[in-house]
Amino acid sequence: MKAKNKVGIYGYGAYIPRYIIENSSIAQVWGKLSTPIKSKTFPSYDEDSLTIAYEACRIAIESSGAPKDRVGAIYVGSESKPYAVKPSGTVLIDALGLSRRTLSADFEFACKAGTEAIQAISGLVSSGMIDFGIAVGTDTSQGRPGDELEYTAAAGGAAVIISRASEGVLAEIEASTSYVSDTPDFWRRSGEKYPRHLYRFTGEPAYFHHITTSVKMFFEEYGFSPKDFTYAIFHQPNSKFPQRVARMLGFTIDQIKPGLLSPIIGNTYSGATLVGLAATLDVAKPGDRILLASFGSGAGSDTFSFLVTDLIEERRAKPPLRAFLERVVTKDYSTYVRYRGKLML
Amino acid sequence: MPEITEWRDRIWRYRLIGTKCKSCGSTYYPPRNGKCFRCGGETEEVELPRRGKLLSYTIVYQAPTLYKHSSPYIVGYIELSNGTRLFAMLTDIEPGEVRVGMELEATLRRLYTYGDSGHIVYGVKFRPVVE
Ligand SMILES: [Zn+2]
Repeated sequence: MKAKNKVGIYGYGAYIPRYIIENSSIAQVWGKLSTPIKSKTFPSYDEDSLTIAYEACRIAIESSGAPKDRVGAIYVGSESKPYAVKPSGTVLIDALGLSRRTLSADFEFACKAGTEAIQAISGLVSSGMIDFGIAVGTDTSQGRPGDELEYTAAAGGAAVIISRASEGVLAEIEASTSYVSDTPDFWRRSGEKYPRHLYRFTGEPAYFHHITTSVKMFFEEYGFSPKDFTYAIFHQPNSKFPQRVARMLGFTIDQIKPGLLSPIIGNTYSGATLVGLAATLDVAKPGDRILLASFGSGAGSDTFSFLVTDLIEERRAKPPLRAFLERVVTKDYSTYVRYRGKLML
Repeated sequence: MPEITEWRDRIWRYRLIGTKCKSCGSTYYPPRNGKCFRCGGETEEVELPRRGKLLSYTIVYQAPTLYKHSSPYIVGYIELSNGTRLFAMLTDIEPGEVRVGMELEATLRRLYTYGDSGHIVYGVKFRPVVE
């Protein structure tokens, strides 16, 4: 897909909570020998996907100077909404002081809800219906205690402000593709606290099939190849998958390095690729081209190409993601269990 | 219905909206209705700066019911960069880490919830500056 009027990223911001737990602490409780990552973030007792979205949006707006009164849409992608019914976007609008004359909705598509929001806002901006729009990917996802997902389900989020390229953007969105199919790899039924998954489904038929198909479609349609990209970000549910899918598609480890955060922060679900994009934009230079391919269970993948412009230097997120990484403190399983609300008070 | 009062208060809680005296310039948070406390002048609403420093604090171990999930928590007496002084909860900090004079910045957090099925009340808390 290509926008009729060129659009791009006007500003961005990312946030992760202060607390991390080592996989070894979780493994100790459940007697597991090998673990998928080193550590993961978890939210403080007073954080949720909305407060994480607030931080990401605030950083994006303040770092870029985006005009608050011209934001015409805010779409929040999440699978861990504070309310099942009551939009997070309306609280964000009043908390950030945005114009109330705006579109707002929550998006859900497992881990790709945030990139879906970018697609929708790009269309609204390109058509001229709105001038600026904010797409957010944010989650405080949970795994059932002892389940494989408990080792990786983490908390974090990022926000991307989209405008027409003529407003002056820090990265143009050159093109995108989206590929979806009915795949029962991971789900959470209404009213259930924890998700379930078909473990054998999560790799080949879900993650690898959808990302490789989406990226190859993108290459065929727009004539790109891996060597055209300085950096790439792939959805990161663990350490192995993004590295393997990068190799399968012909990307090098150096290309994915700045955006590969899952070994330390875990899988931030709807936040994952956008937090990776933010970390990559934190180090990108004018002229760099960045590929992003998300994955959402159920299942689907969005691929984008971003071309970084001269404006990156003045619009970089303040603070950058690394400032949040530098302030983390490690907690044990008992604090994790309390902060995640797994204790009855 | 306490939720109704909470809803009326949400904007100043979310955004650090205070009042400023039009004649002497004194600022107040939470916003004060009516005349300036110091000179009796007219006041207007202003958005206050997000940064400040910690003047004093207290650690609350016996939390009121609504704050039971937060215990122990720290309430700070904070001076914002424009001189406004206010009380607010601190977050992302443990009792052993808090120091008078430390630089703080406002963020939005959950204050409390009305049980598992009622409203979630959000508001400003202060955390050590991240930069
Ligand atoms: Zn006065």
